[in-house]
Amino acid sequence: MNAALAFPRLRPRLFLGLAIVLWFVTYRSLAPMAAALVAALPITPGSRLADSVTFFLYDAPKVLLLLTGVVMVMGMINSYFTAERTRVLLAGRAEGVGNVMAASLGIVTPFCSCSAVPLFIGFVQAGVPLGITFSFLIAAPMVNEIALTLLFGMFGFRVAALYLGLGLSIAIIAGWVIGKLKMETSLEDWVQQMPKTQASVADDTLTLADRIQAGFASVHEIVGKVWPYVLGGILIGAVIHGYVPEAFMVRIMGRDAWWSVPLAVLIGIPMYTNAAGIIPIVGALLAKGAALGTVLAFMMSVIALSLPEMIILRKVLKVRLILTFVGVVGCGILAVGYIFNAVL
Amino acid sequence: MTTIKVLGSGCSSCKATVKLIEDMASAAGKSVTVQKVEDFQDIARYAVMSTPSVVIDEKVVHAGGVPGREKVEGWLSAL
Repeated sequence: MNAALAFPRLRPRLFLGLAIVLWFVTYRSLAPMAAALVAALPITPGSRLADSVTFFLYDAPKVLLLLTGVVMVMGMINSYFTAERTRVLLAGRAEGVGNVMAASLGIVTPFCSCSAVPLFIGFVQAGVPLGITFSFLIAAPMVNEIALTLLFGMFGFRVAALYLGLGLSIAIIAGWVIGKLKMETSLEDWVQQMPKTQASVADDTLTLADRIQAGFASVHEIVGKVWPYVLGGILIGAVIHGYVPEAFMVRIMGRDAWWSVPLAVLIGIPMYTNAAGIIPIVGALLAKGAALGTVLAFMMSVIALSLPEMIILRKVLKVRLILTFVGVVGCGILAVGYIFNAVL
Repeated sequence: MTTIKVLGSGCSSCKATVKLIEDMASAAGKSVTVQKVEDFQDIARYAVMSTPSVVIDEKVVHAGGVPGREKVEGWLSAL
């Protein structure tokens, strides 16, 4: 056991190579394994039950395997992009380019909403412009590897790519608009009075073996936390796959109901959950015939506009700036919902 | 008696950090007070950008996430 634990430390490159090969072989053999398992069960082939069970036995390991792989890789990538390093990259950056950089860095920088305030203060103190700080704060929770992997694993490449592109666009544009509104005086007074600091980082001394350990740590933390949501989501999907008629939700959340997008955004604000928790609901809605734009708007609203986060941000932002933030991001999400329902 | 400060707004990771340090300190027989710092103005004084963070002797020794057991062991044995 000790030898197995020490191996990634002693031979990091070899370990990574073997892990990649093993991952791909497992991933490739999931479909035949699921089919063989179902064939071995006493279920009539081709029946609804067989459909549902095959779906679950294939999708559940597939999504969990994808998630483990992506979280491992992102855990290693995250170790290059600490909040401190991101701040150095963004300090004194011009608007426009800065907003794009901030939104993109939001994907790869580790972020937890409970750190939103210290991070915000750290950015402002180091002279990162307000609009650029907001681009980061909008993208970091909304566009993350967990949301993207789950969307890819369960709904395919197109939905994941759309979510990535639109999420980044909202973060870039909303941050740019907030920057243009010149709302620096709407920071709480004590934040405005904080001494400015020079952003700097110590040299990175992490080795490849350290980064692998960081990857293990995030797999342990993230996959350990979200797997029940993922299984729940796939279970719902599997049941719907076999039994519930499509078009169940078409009238309420279909593309013909124009009011469904604003309603979805409003319902999403008081709801607070992480990307994994929302996936079962997204799966159920989509499978029952809700329009993709409406569902993506709902998902973004739940993740990006959350009441608890606003209450925390109230410690550093005056009410006017919080309302502006909600208004600008809300409009962006509405636009996403309508564009999708119109285009697709 | 040493005071170890845990900076954080009271999220679940912050509570887990406090508990981990308290448990490991009492298991190691060290007399340690763990103090929670939850006010953002106080947290800002330590210039950390991610929480929970751990401060010993006014020095930030850890930032972001629940610290690993080996790390906590290192701090306690240095006291």
